[in-house]
Amino acid sequence: MISLAQTYFIEVMTIILYCLLIFVPLLLGVVMALYADRKIWAAVQKRRGPNVVGPYGLFQVPADGLKFIFKEIILPDGSDKTVFLIAPIITLALSIAAWAVVPVQAGVVLANINVGILYIFAISSLGVYGILMAGWSSNSKYPFFGALRSAAQMVSYEVSIGFVIITVLLCVGSLNLTEIVMAQKTMWFFIPLFPMFIVFFISALAETNRPPFDLPEAESELVAGYQTEYSGMPFVLFMFGEYINILLMCAMTTILFLGGWLPPIDIYPLNAVPGFVWFLLKVTLVFYLFAMVKAFVPRYRYDQLMRLGWKVFLPLSLFAVVATSSILFFFNLAPGM
Amino acid sequence: MKIINFLKSFLLLDFLKAFYLAQKYFFRKKATINYPFEKGKLSPRFRGEHALRRYPSGEERCIGCKLCEAVCPAQAITIETQPRDDGTRRTLRYDIDMVKCIYCGLCEESCPVDAIVQGPNFEFTTETRKELYYTKEKLLENGDRWETVIAENLEADAKYR
Repeated sequence: MISLAQTYFIEVMTIILYCLLIFVPLLLGVVMALYADRKIWAAVQKRRGPNVVGPYGLFQVPADGLKFIFKEIILPDGSDKTVFLIAPIITLALSIAAWAVVPVQAGVVLANINVGILYIFAISSLGVYGILMAGWSSNSKYPFFGALRSAAQMVSYEVSIGFVIITVLLCVGSLNLTEIVMAQKTMWFFIPLFPMFIVFFISALAETNRPPFDLPEAESELVAGYQTEYSGMPFVLFMFGEYINILLMCAMTTILFLGGWLPPIDIYPLNAVPGFVWFLLKVTLVFYLFAMVKAFVPRYRYDQLMRLGWKVFLPLSLFAVVATSSILFFFNLAPGM
Repeated sequence: MKIINFLKSFLLLDFLKAFYLAQKYFFRKKATINYPFEKGKLSPRFRGEHALRRYPSGEERCIGCKLCEAVCPAQAITIETQPRDDGTRRTLRYDIDMVKCIYCGLCEESCPVDAIVQGPNFEFTTETRKELYYTKEKLLENGDRWETVIAENLEADAKYR
């Protein structure tokens, strides 16, 4: 007979196994993303990028990681040490936690909760705390300014991301990410909601502090922003958190607008390919766009960034919500009505 | 005009153009070389690591005139001389502080017997500062190692001097 403790143990082990199933591919994905980021950036500037460590420089990122592990963790004298060390952990933990609800294939998802998109939205809002804590606890002016900028930027772009998500939800009638993908069976949402796709993409750039909106880390003004005082392992945690967030945003773009794991056309050789391959391909494509934007767009000034967020994207997405809901209402297209 | 500009920015035309341009450069031939495995061409006049040359007979060229020591703007060269048993003057010490040296090439230019030269080698980083205080032995060894290349370079550049 299996005792209660045993069932409990088995259950915990299964959960841990599931977590590893997410965490390990995610780390691998981050390594590939970092590598791809550097390679693409280099290619646009007619450079070669990392190509010495391992075949085609593939081991450059693990080598860098190893280097960081052996570096000293410097705790600044005036810093609040507890908060200083908790901040990167929060950033990484939150960015990984968001992946729990991301479906990579029909039914392949850790937690198929029916408020998945709300969950992701909530978690990514919490991500600001890690950055704020890092900037504040460093007790130094550049990290502080970087954190302030970052917080303001993330909060303002989350508003328009929220409205974009609402337009998608209006077309789906469900908050479940799997159902959002299934609703795109006939047509991927980036076709009818193309302007929103663009707004979402640009907001995602701002949300993840990617160039051209990397003002929190603008070297010319703020050294390295909120990460300035970090070194060694805590810095790696920030870096990983940041890139996992970027991958999350790529995955969100894929799920909301590019039909998740669905093949482009539902015909034989294409729909025989397992769904997660399509998902990976689409995420890679979106990440490629992320990396290309980094290569060719100069950094925005801070007031331009705020102007774009509040005076262009907010009215635009608000208008889109009204327009979409009106169209759905008057043509009786709204699902669940 | 204002409307056109508005449409331009609204339709992200500039970004599309930039994307196209970046994509074009993406596949262009690389401008950089694969450095440690592949090296760029150096001019015969390249001023790299110093070397003291010898005559084909094996006799060292330097006669200890101290012109290089005098001309050196960084005062990186230290020379001590003494007459040898056969009556010719040779150096006892010939030290170059490679940390002080600014690689201006004046020592090479001032040398009446082409003894001190700056060779084509530029990869002589060391792990300690001490190793960069070059002695006469080190410089002569450099000369022996790089002699063929140095001679070729001097030959190639001779008509411009």
